[in-house]
Amino acid sequence: MQAMTYRGPYRVRVEEKAMPRIEHPNDAIVRVTLAAICGSDLHLYHGLMPDTRIGHTFGHEFIGVVEEVGSSVQNLQRGDKVMVPFNIYCGSCFFCARGLYSNCHNVNPNATAVGGIYGYSHTCGGYDGGQAEFVRVPFADVGPSVIPDWLDDEDALLLTDACSTGYFGAQLGDIVEGDTVVVFGAGPVGLYAAKSAWFMGAGRVIVVDQLEYRLAKARSFAHAETFNFAEYDDIVVEMKKTTDYLGADVAIDAVGAEADGNFLQHVTASKLKLQGGSPIALNWAIDSVRKGGTISVVGAYGPIFSAVKLGDAMNKGLTLRMNQAPVKRQWPRLLEHIQAGHLKPSELITHRVPLEHIAEGYHMFSAKLDDCIKTVVVPEAN
Amino acid sequence: MAYTAERPPQKVTSEQLRDLIPGWGSDLDTANRPAWPKERFDPGASGAHWDFPERQTPEGPRERSIEHRFLTPVFGTAQPTRGTSGLIRRFAYARFSEARAAHWLLLVAADRVDFVGSRATALLKGRPDNPISETGILSEVSRHGIASRMGTPRVDLRHSWMDPILVAAPWVVGGYLALRVGRAFISRGR
Repeated sequence: MQAMTYRGPYRVRVEEKAMPRIEHPNDAIVRVTLAAICGSDLHLYHGLMPDTRIGHTFGHEFIGVVEEVGSSVQNLQRGDKVMVPFNIYCGSCFFCARGLYSNCHNVNPNATAVGGIYGYSHTCGGYDGGQAEFVRVPFADVGPSVIPDWLDDEDALLLTDACSTGYFGAQLGDIVEGDTVVVFGAGPVGLYAAKSAWFMGAGRVIVVDQLEYRLAKARSFAHAETFNFAEYDDIVVEMKKTTDYLGADVAIDAVGAEADGNFLQHVTASKLKLQGGSPIALNWAIDSVRKGGTISVVGAYGPIFSAVKLGDAMNKGLTLRMNQAPVKRQWPRLLEHIQAGHLKPSELITHRVPLEHIAEGYHMFSAKLDDCIKTVVVPEAN
Repeated sequence: MAYTAERPPQKVTSEQLRDLIPGWGSDLDTANRPAWPKERFDPGASGAHWDFPERQTPEGPRERSIEHRFLTPVFGTAQPTRGTSGLIRRFAYARFSEARAAHWLLLVAADRVDFVGSRATALLKGRPDNPISETGILSEVSRHGIASRMGTPRVDLRHSWMDPILVAAPWVVGGYLALRVGRAFISRGR
């Protein structure tokens, strides 16, 4: 089968790889019909995530058709069209039993601090991902769901991570009616988080980024006020000014490891890999939020230390909440929002590329060319 | 404002927002928020029909974090450890916990060794890496690289000049080393 493979930092190619096979009785093999490139894939692409091995296939956002199921699979059968959450999880460990599906303890031998994720290095379990024609899906009775007939394929695709993560990020903010919410990052996750903040009763939603075309999307898609941090000497001061020097009630870090806006932080993290991530957005969040406020972190960071301003967070009495999204837990309510017309996830898709051109898709997304927000990958087999 | 007791007044009232924004306030009630509370004990909710999953059979040694009691019942088999990078990775896993910087720095070092080794292997197998196609650099033309950067205040332009250096450095260093080895080989032959 054809699959995207990692060839080292800033390099990917499409290769012929062996077909995935059933390795556990509750596995399924899924033929991928659509995949997406996520902002967090760029952390792998840039070589930021330890134990990303040459030949690894990325891709944790995908939908497809069940080709084969293992002997103990009860809930799926060949031919089912499924959406697959990016979390790989057993459904039965201490953490899964409490709804913490992203923190499963039974699927990742390589690390206890993170669960299993498709196509996200051996640090996240060593599973190949869905930017390929076929993919192994462990615990088929637990993770995947049959896509409802009424749901558009591209909307389903975005529920597998970006949209669910953004919605989850807004929930982590514990927003109450009238709150001012500032979202750092106008990528897909930030845009979904901004949109979701209104569902929870926000009184103001502000989005901060450096890319004007993304801020324009924040205004049209998420009805947000926007600030381009590249146009200000100090974005934290602007956040204070716009909130009458109180600070926002809630700040959401939807950027993660490769945040920009501070040369030293960005270069030491993204270029030289001396930090697990450049916590610029997180530090801005800490300094922009009001005392007693809440920080939500859904931007992804690597496992190595990062220079976070914990002193300010402590002195301000902040609540810091964070996690990888337990995706499937979000789906029933998100499907209601989509059906009600509150949300159309696929509005953020800007590019569709065939799998064979995925290297150009990665460069375009990484370099922020052509007003790229979200890129969908279409495998050859379709 | 911050210096007196009351919150600054809301610029747009909740009633106005409800009319303006589709779905505004529909999840005000935490009962409608699927991630609230964070932990909700409900072992039957996931679809799992086991107390502990059946174990996947490993086909060889499988590295694991020493913070795990045993190999997890299910695991990825995408790229088993191999060669020198594999030795480094297995040492990192066997010796250091996730809490230790040495664990992660060794894994990063192994990634770079794997990178160099894979270049040589690809060359020997007759499918050498192509820096043009693999970096996707041609999208600079097809996806308007110059126009995407002109006339914008993008701060990434301050450091993006480093990217070609980071991408090219392994090729330059590798080429230099190959040249040195080649010269040494030739001079020894004389």
